[in-house]
Amino acid sequence: MIAYIVRRLFSTIVVMAVVAFVVFSLLYLTPGDPAAIIAGDIATDEDIRRIHARLGLDDPFLVQFGRWVWSLAHGDLGTSIFTNLPVTQLIGQRVEPTLSLTLCTLVIAILVAVPLGVVAAAKAGSWLDRGVMSFSVLGFSVPVFVFAYILILTFSVQLDWLPVQGYRSFRDGVWEWLRHLILPSVALGTVYVALITRMTRASMLDVLAQDYIRTAEAKGLAPKQVLIGHALKNAAIPVVTIIGVGVALLISGAIVTETVFALPGIGRLTVDAILRRDYPIIQGVILIFSAIYVLVNLAVDLSYVLFDPRIRLT
Amino acid sequence: MNPCSALLRSMTAVIGAAALVAALSAPVATAQGQKVLKFIPQADLRILDPITTTAYITRNHGYMIYDTLFATDAKFQVQPQMVDKYELSKDQLTYTFTLRDGLKFHDGAPVRSADCIASIERWAKRDALGQKMAESTEAWTAVNDKTFTLKLKKPFPLTLEALAKPSSNVPFIMPERIAKTDASTNITDPIGSGPFKFVKAEWVPGSKVVYVKNTDYVPRKEPPSWAAGGKVVKVDRVEWIYIPDSATAAAALNAGEVDWWEQMPPDLIPVLAKNKEVKVENIDPLGSMGVLRFNFMYPPFNNQKMRQAVLYALDQNDYVLGIAGSLKNGHACYSFFTCGTPLSSEVGAAPLKGKRDFDKAKELIKEAGYKGEKIVIIDATDQPIVHSQSLLTAETLRKLGLNVDLQAGDWGTLITRRSSKEPIEKGGWSIFHTWLVGPDVTSPALNFAVRGSGQKAWFGWPDDPKIEELRDAWFAATDPASSKKAAEAVQLRAFDFVPYVPTAQFILPTAYRTNLSGVIIAPITLMWNVEKK
Repeated sequence: MIAYIVRRLFSTIVVMAVVAFVVFSLLYLTPGDPAAIIAGDIATDEDIRRIHARLGLDDPFLVQFGRWVWSLAHGDLGTSIFTNLPVTQLIGQRVEPTLSLTLCTLVIAILVAVPLGVVAAAKAGSWLDRGVMSFSVLGFSVPVFVFAYILILTFSVQLDWLPVQGYRSFRDGVWEWLRHLILPSVALGTVYVALITRMTRASMLDVLAQDYIRTAEAKGLAPKQVLIGHALKNAAIPVVTIIGVGVALLISGAIVTETVFALPGIGRLTVDAILRRDYPIIQGVILIFSAIYVLVNLAVDLSYVLFDPRIRLT
Repeated sequence: MNPCSALLRSMTAVIGAAALVAALSAPVATAQGQKVLKFIPQADLRILDPITTTAYITRNHGYMIYDTLFATDAKFQVQPQMVDKYELSKDQLTYTFTLRDGLKFHDGAPVRSADCIASIERWAKRDALGQKMAESTEAWTAVNDKTFTLKLKKPFPLTLEALAKPSSNVPFIMPERIAKTDASTNITDPIGSGPFKFVKAEWVPGSKVVYVKNTDYVPRKEPPSWAAGGKVVKVDRVEWIYIPDSATAAAALNAGEVDWWEQMPPDLIPVLAKNKEVKVENIDPLGSMGVLRFNFMYPPFNNQKMRQAVLYALDQNDYVLGIAGSLKNGHACYSFFTCGTPLSSEVGAAPLKGKRDFDKAKELIKEAGYKGEKIVIIDATDQPIVHSQSLLTAETLRKLGLNVDLQAGDWGTLITRRSSKEPIEKGGWSIFHTWLVGPDVTSPALNFAVRGSGQKAWFGWPDDPKIEELRDAWFAATDPASSKKAAEAVQLRAFDFVPYVPTAQFILPTAYRTNLSGVIIAPITLMWNVEKK
């Protein structure tokens, strides 16, 4: 097990190195020039050339790449071309909102989706099952931003219960933190609720058709015990896998939610950086995302052992 | 227990826990009794240096934290701002400036002559009018900490206008140690002597900018008028909250979460106008001017007749509707200089006015010998003002039978691509659109797009020595009448040579909660004098 973890962590470094090279190459080849954006709309060629030279954007690819890798090796992700602030500081400012949004969305998704999936499977074919499945289809079909606007209109503008936009840190008080996250989390969580509900239902239906479930029922076990104690635990591996994938998707997929609710998260930082070609930020964020993806996948793989003791990681 | 009741129980537990957390958590800490003005700016503040960039959001930031030696008022008159008194020698070659008492930078240091000289010298390296002034400058000299002189090689009648330039780049005054920074390198220490202080620790680029009142600031006694007059701050703190999504911004203003939205898309005006607690107002008397710019390096628009043909076909009213959504928010402006300002006129504008003459346009195209060359219009779909103009121009040119290729991209790509001098087969372009704020195009000195300085000119690189000569003649004008006449001569030539086509004059209104008062009518968003009840 330990050897497995060490091997996987080592492979993370290799993956990151490949990602670093590919990202840098892609950005180098992408049209767009931060110098032109910095100079502004009414700049001249001369202004742009001067800024180009100052930023070292005229240097050959390998020189620029070498400079970046050297900084990276010293733990320096670079400095934003526009704000002159260190990339680590900019990412640090954005981590808390994104993690908070991810956490809240995940909690909502699991608390709602797993029970719904179990109930739908237990009552397969009933009106309840159809209702849950209809909700699931709706969750998949309605774009996040549409759902977000409906929530804002209802709960912020009409009822004045929750704020329209913005983020408050946990340090400002738990309720302030939570009330700024409820609408974004519900909006973002809908699609994950739909996804996890469907996965839980399908997995549960598969397990419920197994012989040992029939045996458990024949022994006279209570339905709840059969469902939760026997069926759900055995149906958990695909569900955990999809939740793991969901965590990674949530971190990067919160861009629309962060934009609509004006949350200063990593998603918006990335989009803003791409739009203005702030290369150091884009490179830094993608590197960090890659690391998170790899580590979340590792965590999911390790969790399989907990749910199914027959699995041995070597 | 069946699964349904288990589900209900678990959900009840979650809701109960949430309610408990809500009840136990402390309310958010707010500064007691502070008046906080929450403002949604038109763009995100990314660059803090108003000299290295011409971005309007950075200019507005500059007005928050810096002060200027002079300022232009609502009557287009230059007024002293940091300067207490000034004199011009009889030979028109020496200005002597004396600073007001009590001027202090945010770090507590007094504003000295050396600070002013270093700031103006840095500004003059970047700004076009500043560069023109520098050509006539012999030396800036500090007489003492409060008095300094400008010695000219030859009279420069626009000296005070240059020092009172209201829009990018504005000659803001910084401490000497900061103003000594290379003019291409962004400053990182935003210390000014203006009415607000920048709170760097609370700056979250892409989200929030915070300013606090500069309690040491000594405002002038005169009432505010544009950027001139007394800069009396009536709130304790200003928060710029950048909300990229327009619908969210409208909802936030409607719900009272913010006090002021600088600029909104026209389709949201009716939504906000319904709210009695929100006032939608045009506070910008000059608005902005749409621009259709040609590439002069390659066919077909290196041919004067092709450019003239566009003048006969383009309908400015369509562009007003396309950009501003309604003729209430704009109007046709048949001038190269901002309509409503002293030098605007309709001299030479006949081809752009009145009923559109497609026959005349087609005749000119025929005379130009157009051979069906592809016309590439580079578009930025993420900039509604650019996108709507691009669509209208493409449609107009197609009606003229021209071979148009409308290439969509984002603003970042457009402003990079427009600097390409390659032919269109190699990524070049034929036309791009943008817009310029009214104060940037009020005279031949400021309107850089009208220039014909060839490879040194703005993107498109028109080469017209005649227009340059006429521009120089305008600089030499010494009184308003001769200045007006010289400007008309520039415009007459411009309508013949067509360095670009002015497409419309439009105003994007501002919206604020009715508990605000004192919002200054000006072509720049200014935050002093604004009171929140």
